[in-house]
Amino acid sequence: MAYSHTVCGTRYVFPSLKVLLAKASPPRAGDRLAGIAAASAEENVAAKLTLADVSLKAILAEPLILYEDDDVTRLILDRHDTRAFAAIASMTVGEFRDYLLSHATSSETLATLAPAITPEIAAAVSKLMRNQDLILAARKCRVVTRFRNTLGLPGTMAVRLQPNHPTDDLSGITAAIADGLMYGCGDACIGINPASDQPARVEAMLRMLDDLIRRYEIPTQSCVLCHVTTALDLMARGVPTDLVFQSIGGTEATNRSFGITLDLLREANEAARSLRRGTVGENVMYFETGQGSALSAGAHHGVDQQTCEARAYAVARAFDPLLVNTVVGFIGPEYLYDGKEILRAALEDHFCGKLMGLPMGVDVCYTNHAEADQDDMDVVLTALAAAGVTYIMGVPGADDVMLGYQSTSFHDALYVREAFGLKRAPEFEGWLERMAITDAAGQLLLPSPSHRLIAEVQAAANENEHAP
Amino acid sequence: MSDVPRDPWKHLRARTPARIALGRTGASLPTREVLSFALAHAQARDAVHARLDRSALAVQMRALGLDTVVAESEARDRATYLRRPDLGRQLDDRSRERIKAAVQNETCDLVLMIGDGLSATAVASHAPALVEAVLLHVNALGLKLGPTVIAESARVALGDEVGELLGARLVAVLIGERPGLTAADSLSVYLTYLPRRGRTDAERNCISNIRPGGLAPEVAAANLAWLVKAALAMQVTGVALKDRSGGGLEGTIGATVLDEPGR
Repeated sequence: MAYSHTVCGTRYVFPSLKVLLAKASPPRAGDRLAGIAAASAEENVAAKLTLADVSLKAILAEPLILYEDDDVTRLILDRHDTRAFAAIASMTVGEFRDYLLSHATSSETLATLAPAITPEIAAAVSKLMRNQDLILAARKCRVVTRFRNTLGLPGTMAVRLQPNHPTDDLSGITAAIADGLMYGCGDACIGINPASDQPARVEAMLRMLDDLIRRYEIPTQSCVLCHVTTALDLMARGVPTDLVFQSIGGTEATNRSFGITLDLLREANEAARSLRRGTVGENVMYFETGQGSALSAGAHHGVDQQTCEARAYAVARAFDPLLVNTVVGFIGPEYLYDGKEILRAALEDHFCGKLMGLPMGVDVCYTNHAEADQDDMDVVLTALAAAGVTYIMGVPGADDVMLGYQSTSFHDALYVREAFGLKRAPEFEGWLERMAITDAAGQLLLPSPSHRLIAEVQAAANENEHAP
Repeated sequence: MSDVPRDPWKHLRARTPARIALGRTGASLPTREVLSFALAHAQARDAVHARLDRSALAVQMRALGLDTVVAESEARDRATYLRRPDLGRQLDDRSRERIKAAVQNETCDLVLMIGDGLSATAVASHAPALVEAVLLHVNALGLKLGPTVIAESARVALGDEVGELLGARLVAVLIGERPGLTAADSLSVYLTYLPRRGRTDAERNCISNIRPGGLAPEVAAANLAWLVKAALAMQVTGVALKDRSGGGLEGTIGATVLDEPGR
């Protein structure tokens, strides 16, 4: 269906909802690269004006990618909660923005509404929102998940401890884990990106993490971020697996390029749940996403990159994940050019994920060929903390020596806690105090050189060195 | 500058290149660490934005006995290059004419294209040594080498058109990798059989991390020679050509990479 709007005598016509959404998107490199961005600043605002008058019902009635052609579209429509939708069905996108920001709309209402929000609705309304709107609306969304601790409680922010090593050296990884734990990080999970997906290597890492978590009784969960098929094989062989990781995208073809199907994710979710390794809950999936992945795979169907990203969240929520994060600046400047575009995308992704009911974290990050630096990341991190981000990454010194990009550091987490008064997951906070890493208020203590964790990590490393 | 002590587990720094045991002042990094990070990032940024001195490189290549042609892609400046990978994969018209004029024979076995990619620093620092090492193998294998193309604002796939114009059975693209904080001067080689516009990354083999502290030029050249021989025998490159040369762990060699500069 065609949409149009007249601005100061110029009539702008948008032949479909897909085109309208793309033209209404705040400017970004990936949409320009795909040739679907607004041609002028005025056309961009004309598209927003047009979109503000489109009804939510109309969005539901016009799938961007055909039902017959795409299993993500089928997932979105088949699982849509029409009863919950009734409360907002008569609204336009513009009215929906006002509704989200109204004091009359509570956290409880938004939680009930989540299954009625399709990715296209979330993406559409986000395009009419300023950065501060994305912050306030996301702040109201509460999403709590559990495995060995409780994530997403109000007033908390968690950290994934990311101890990567360029050659998967276990003593190097352990050293980075000890560093992170001593800085009070690791409640979201201890998650290693392996340099190689070889099952034997992944298994060695999983066993090491399992030993560590059991020996110190750390109320957290482990993850080695291998392909879901590798994880399935390892689980079948009895290798201790807490969370199953997978990168996902917002179209069937994107997921195919990742070597996955929805059935495969379902199988992995069931397999990991059946292990019953969680102590306080059974959210076992960990998903990563990022704007630009669909275009990069040639699988975007002309849909703008932010809407494609929101569609990935529909995939995620079908599997009740413990953790979901957008890796916002990793993909490079051809998709998000500079700090301004990365900030915008981070706030959009976090908002859309939360509105749809996901435990949304953000990998606040950039590459060296993007127009961005540590100052930009400070702004992104601060804005996300204000928005109530569920978790961020903790990489030693913000420098991931395996993946070759810059993320947030253990120190960055301390900064956020101090600036915003945010706590860790309560079970983990208690453990840090018992381990004499923090005091009762959650402040880091001055570490003793003979701290048990450090002494034992060093001893284990020495032992490995002398092993035959 | 700053006497904030490192953390008492600083001895663990021997286990990993990661930035651990940095110490802290309050919640924040010590001055020493803020500036050390800033320096590494500045070097990486400079490498991304450095321009390749093509004439200096051409002089070095001619000293090795090679014929050279200089070329550039349709990406006119660095900002365009970074935003528009598609333009970095297309030769501009003048370059296309220059390359056509340089055709010596109808066909050749191998063409070397040296492109700046995301680190002209890597190319300037390591390409001459790598080419010198590769030439030993080219001569030993008796391969017919086409002219060497030195290209600015180049993505990996620019080599497809270059190789096609020169009638090459194989094109080896030597190109600067995306700079990291630890190394801003890492070089890669991508090998493509029967280069044609529109080839995909799955149809290439890659040798990466060629730099001091990574893969030595001699080792990379030996790996490349193995791949060249195998590719000519099997008439294929990419996922169908598994590397069995035993490439070192310190470098990576394989059919695909996560983040090559030409995607």
